[in-house]
Amino acid sequence: MPLTVEIVTAERVVRTEQGIDVLIAPGSEGQLAILPHHAALMTTLDAGELVFRRGAEESGFAVSGGFMEVRNDRVTILADAAEAVEEIDIARAEAARARAEERIKRFREQAGRDVDLARAQASLQRSLLRLRAAERRRRSRPGAPGPAGRP
Amino acid sequence: MPTIRQLKRRIGSVKNTAKITNALQLVAASKMRRAQDRATQAQPYAEKLRIVLAGLASKGGDGEGAAHPLLANRPVKNIAILHITPDRGLCGGLNANLNRAAGTFVAMQHEPVSVVAVGKKGRDFFVRAHQHLTAEFTELGDYPTQSDTLGIARVIIDDYLNGVVDRVYVSFPLFVSTAVQRPVVRQLLPIEPPAAEDGATAANLAEEYIFEPSPDDVLARILPRYIEMQIYEAILQNAASFQSAQMVAMKNATDNANELTRELTLTYNKARQEQITKELLDIVGGVEALKGA
Repeated sequence: MPLTVEIVTAERVVRTEQGIDVLIAPGSEGQLAILPHHAALMTTLDAGELVFRRGAEESGFAVSGGFMEVRNDRVTILADAAEAVEEIDIARAEAARARAEERIKRFREQAGRDVDLARAQASLQRSLLRLRAAERRRRSRPGAPGPAGRP
Repeated sequence: MPTIRQLKRRIGSVKNTAKITNALQLVAASKMRRAQDRATQAQPYAEKLRIVLAGLASKGGDGEGAAHPLLANRPVKNIAILHITPDRGLCGGLNANLNRAAGTFVAMQHEPVSVVAVGKKGRDFFVRAHQHLTAEFTELGDYPTQSDTLGIARVIIDDYLNGVVDRVYVSFPLFVSTAVQRPVVRQLLPIEPPAAEDGATAANLAEEYIFEPSPDDVLARILPRYIEMQIYEAILQNAASFQSAQMVAMKNATDNANELTRELTLTYNKARQEQITKELLDIVGGVEALKGA
């Protein structure tokens, strides 16, 4: 029996996917792949990419930490934030990265009592994660952006 | 008896008021729907978190002690209350009820109470009461997002972990229905793990699961989320409550204004009729007088 995967954030249910064959998740102890008939599991997630495989079709989500519960072929992901890879706005992520880098540089040059280093680093990490996820997707399917399946 | 001209002016002014309150009512009605939707959408996450936490807490039973600082019951020397209210008025008795509930609660405590205020109405109330305010968060807007509320959770958790306060309560309007919003005060910290509705299920849950990295690590990650979630939920309830209270208050105001217009129009017509009759009498009297001459 294939997996049913539900991604939930504090604000809403982001996505419910059925008939998933493999789920790859960024567990805090390392990447882990969930197959059907997995034992009941409760784990924390790090920021990273979540990949669903349904046959040869693959789709991804960028998540920024959270929890994952696996039970009876139902996977519930309580994410701090989640975004479908095909919805990632590369230009915006790029801009966010540049902004964060700029702020960290200012901090280093110690012009920055006005810079919140932790916030800048977190935002840099977030933008890098989104860019990586988007990049990986683009390479896997050249010339075909959008949510369509892989050929 | 007001003159006809005064009546006419009064009717115009009441009608204008009715137009404004009616517009506010419509705006509040549409915002209310969206605010309610957001409160509903937040529920799956909250429920899931509660179930997991209930399961984990029952598992922690064998280890005991203070499994995590956020669960630790310390002797209470200082109390904080997170008082959540709307920013604006024109919402009937909502703000007054909220402030009264929180004020009564604070007055009943034996330990010193500091206030973290969310929303202008509650802040102003405690400022007037000369209560110690540690932080205030206003202008969260009609549809606060979770990230808007994270800072609030940060302040609360930090104060608790640093021992500034030993117990934290949250006061907010519970959205029961469009007509009913009940002010409630609940304990936020230390966390009292939610009792699973089905105790057996929760216990089984903890038995069966593999925890990675370990139950304690999962617990340590989940507890701050639980606080953030509770605060976010309370703020969504506040938003939904405000819009519905405003909608109801404005509907009443519109109805009252229309009723008043009706009464004033009646009085106005009576006065006008009287004047016509008087004028007629004058004319008839004048004619009679001429005839006699």
